Amino acid sequence: MLARCFEQAGFCTVLVTNMPFWAERTGVPRTLAVEFPFGHPLGQPHALAQQMSVIRQALDVLETAQQPGTIVHSPQTWPVPVNQATQDWQPSDPSPLLKAMTPKFIEMMREHRRKSKSDAPTRPKSAPSE
Amino acid sequence: MTVDSFKYLPRIIATYYRMTAGEPELPIPWNHLPKALEQCTFGLVTTGGLYLRGVQLPFDVERERAEPTWGDPTYRSLPSDVQQEDIGISHLHINTEDALKDVNILLPVHRFRYLVAEGRIGRLARSAYSFMGYQGFPADTSAWRETYVPLVAAELHSEGADCVFLTPA
Repeated sequence: MLARCFEQAGFCTVLVTNMPFWAERTGVPRTLAVEFPFGHPLGQPHALAQQMSVIRQALDVLETAQQPGTIVHSPQTWPVPVNQATQDWQPSDPSPLLKAMTPKFIEMMREHRRKSKSDAPTRPKSAPSE
Repeated sequence: MTVDSFKYLPRIIATYYRMTAGEPELPIPWNHLPKALEQCTFGLVTTGGLYLRGVQLPFDVERERAEPTWGDPTYRSLPSDVQQEDIGISHLHINTEDALKDVNILLPVHRFRYLVAEGRIGRLARSAYSFMGYQGFPADTSAWRETYVPLVAAELHSEGADCVFLTPA
């Protein structure tokens, strides 16, 4: 959303994100997607080479993108196992939203699954084998 | 390689996002680069919840604790030569430890100074900007759109900025 707003305000923007899913669905002008954990769009603390590599890739996207909605996927990888990295990026105290909404999210997901099952077409009974 | 948007997300949040995502509003905004990057002035913007310790108020996480479906839409302006020890972070949805060790993982102020010295870019705007990424549930970005981005845009325009480099948390 911010990228769109700043582009509408007359700037040329580039966004670095680990969620190209949202970049695509919100219509971001130019995106570099990097598979890094939340809170670390440009890398690990004091990892100069890693950070500069991501920044340079993003500047290349800014320079070379030819059309709105361009998303380039970086080959950069995070050097920590995914389970550890998933744990590490989250705050030690869950956000107020998560605390308040987790039971509601669970119920929403159950409802969504129930609805998906009831909307699924009924399979015909298989014919008896001869 | 295709980046997996859900790699580091708890399953419950990933499922919610997949269930509720819509389609982009068209057309997607677009400006052609007015000149070579080597001549461009850059503004840096993050949503990491950064503020100047001892000078600026943190983002209003106390109100967010009291009203979990609300997020602070304001912004903070930081000098682009800010020192690490002057950085505070108020964001309840990420672990801020690493950014408190190195601001550049969220707001690459020092890295961009290097790019200016190298000649890869022209200039860095005097100020860099931080918003705080959680904008309520469901997300309401109208205050960003209508009030706060126009203010930041006006400041960046007054500095002759051509480009904005965005690093959401």
